[in-house]
Amino acid sequence: MNALIAKNITKRYTNHTALDSVSITIPEKTIYGLLGPNGAGKTTLIRIINQIINSDSGEISVFGQPLHSKHVEIIGYLPEERGLYKKMKVGDQLLYLAQLKGLSKKEALARIKVWLDKFEIRDWWHKKVEDLSKGMAQKVQFISTVLHEPKLIILDEPFSGFDPVNAQLITEQILELKEKGSTIIFSTHRMETVESLCDHIALINKSKKILEGPKKQVKDQFRSNTFIVEHRGNHFSLPADRYELIKQETIEDNLFSSTLKARDGIKGNQVIRDIIDITEVHSFQEKIPSMADIFISLVKGEGDEALKKHLLEL
Amino acid sequence: MNKIWLIIQREFLNRVQKKSFLITTILVPLIFPAIIGGLAYVAIKDAESAKADVVHVLDESKKFTFEDGKRFQFVPIDQTLEQAKKIYNETNDFALLYIPDLDINKPEGVLLYTKENPSIDKVGDLESLIETRIHDLKLQEYKIDEATIKSLRPQVSLKQFNLTETGEEKSSSAGILYGLGFGLGILIYMFVLIYGIQIMQGVIDEKTSKVVEVIVSSVKPFQLMLGKILGIASVGLLQFSIWIILISVLSSGTLAYFGLKMPQKQVMEQMTQQMDKNPEMKEAMDQQNSKVGELLGNLSEIPFGKIAFVFVFYFLGGYLLYGALFAAVGSAVDSQQEAQQFQFPVTLPLLIGYIGLFMFILRDPHGSASFWLSVIPFTSPVAMVGRIAFGVPVWELALSMLLLVGGFLLTTWIAGRIYRVGILMTGTKVSYKVLAKWFMMKG
Repeated sequence: MNALIAKNITKRYTNHTALDSVSITIPEKTIYGLLGPNGAGKTTLIRIINQIINSDSGEISVFGQPLHSKHVEIIGYLPEERGLYKKMKVGDQLLYLAQLKGLSKKEALARIKVWLDKFEIRDWWHKKVEDLSKGMAQKVQFISTVLHEPKLIILDEPFSGFDPVNAQLITEQILELKEKGSTIIFSTHRMETVESLCDHIALINKSKKILEGPKKQVKDQFRSNTFIVEHRGNHFSLPADRYELIKQETIEDNLFSSTLKARDGIKGNQVIRDIIDITEVHSFQEKIPSMADIFISLVKGEGDEALKKHLLEL
Repeated sequence: MNKIWLIIQREFLNRVQKKSFLITTILVPLIFPAIIGGLAYVAIKDAESAKADVVHVLDESKKFTFEDGKRFQFVPIDQTLEQAKKIYNETNDFALLYIPDLDINKPEGVLLYTKENPSIDKVGDLESLIETRIHDLKLQEYKIDEATIKSLRPQVSLKQFNLTETGEEKSSSAGILYGLGFGLGILIYMFVLIYGIQIMQGVIDEKTSKVVEVIVSSVKPFQLMLGKILGIASVGLLQFSIWIILISVLSSGTLAYFGLKMPQKQVMEQMTQQMDKNPEMKEAMDQQNSKVGELLGNLSEIPFGKIAFVFVFYFLGGYLLYGALFAAVGSAVDSQQEAQQFQFPVTLPLLIGYIGLFMFILRDPHGSASFWLSVIPFTSPVAMVGRIAFGVPVWELALSMLLLVGGFLLTTWIAGRIYRVGILMTGTKVSYKVLAKWFMMKG
């Protein structure tokens, strides 16, 4: 089953269109990366899913049901702009937010205890938020997002403001939540996160979705039959009708790295066979584009036109 | 509904548990008895030290006799002016009054010597004493006897009655009604302003701390706004109830304490002793007593139950009406300073009600200005409670209440539409045009 299906979501403001007929499908129990540059419309889409604002047109269904106000209780939301009541104590605050999500007081108290223990911050209960550091407040906010064990967790730039140690801690928690069966939507423009965590991605640019699919599949689509060979000696004469030498760099004395693009239909093994006779090969790998490459090429409009066309036909 | 209740609870507890709440709740009621106590103390000191001012009178015309009264004690001097001045200078007495041998048809040349600049009151009192005496002398010249003169100065005190439509007579007292209207009107004005601004402040805090986005992912913006308004209302009601109880207990306590020391009591006792000897005094005393009785009678005729009900109704109605507007203002801005430009137009009608209370309601409670002020929902909370004690026809009251309910439903609806958009908008330069756009914006 899909955790969320959005169909043709459009949201217009007086001066601009925030979302232009955007459709996404988020499979259950996945980590779904919602990518896009600032101002692309990610936050608008997230707010619509959270029912903070309404779309002008389009439909959303959550776990097979049309989106309804009761669904706020199965959604956990960590906004990009973090915020808690500054004058309120950590414990009271978590209790309040959990109760607003429909937990009973008793249940909320028990779960808060578990989470504070998990993060080893049990003695924070009586601390006021204004006395916490930014990173500490972020932890509290993360707890408030997941306390009611939401089936759908929406994290907007979850790692901003965390140091590497805490970012690791949060990453572990996110993976654990996924193991337990939650579906996680990740909104970010930080590609390293996407690379390591996401199973599915969608790319939104200028109010439109321009790409969606399983991460592996997306990356495969962007393979351009390009290979990187490290070799000794630069006597390199490959048949020009089969290969194109894109660039060649010197790594160290007489050791070179060459990037070559093979003609369509020539597979990796054939490439090895072709070059092994010409030069002393030190390493060989296919150049698979990183998410960052894909992101930048698509957003800047520098991507291969044919590829783009291919993607749009998808 | 359950969620609104949670929000109300948070708003309430969060404020009530603050130290500042405890301090203001306890200190404010202490201020009133302190003022009353201070005034009573000064009054007693004054009364104890208040002796009649001694005035030396050098009357060369031999026509003036003054009776000693509460304010002045007269000492006749039979010397030349120079000697009189010398004698006066050796004393600590208030003044030396010199009356030359004057023609009562042209009373000129009366002189008053004092050591300090006397107050206008005292000079005026002396002048009127002399004028009265000249007046009497003239009447005597026309052969009018003492008794007739006395009867020419009757003592009149208007006893007031309201004639109801059924022809029933109800005694009333403009003074009490004025005080009641004045006090209740100001109370509502203060309550709406103080707690309205608290709502605004609370909304701004939620917006600037960004917590609002988390909250509205759990509840509807309208629920959040309503919960906040109601939560702060309950804080206000609690605080006001505590104030009223503490003020009345402490005030009556201080009054009772000082009341025992009041010299009036001793005066009264002396007077009762003298009354048997002096029948004229007894008559005056009886009149005095009947006045006190009348006052108490008037108090018991004022429909306090009705006033209390009306007060609470307008107290809440006015608060809800303005509270929603304050919430809208808070949602539209990013800081307290920015709020000021919108705060003024919101408080303006409230201010008009407040000014109208003094200009129209208390002076002419049944005039058409008073009618409109107490019927239009924006001014009615202050105006109607100011007016209610004077008696308001049932249909006017019903109309006013109905309009107030309609008024706060309307402002809450308008405010809700601005609020839901405003709380998520930061860094926008807000103008009335922008507010109108937000208001029109679809869900």
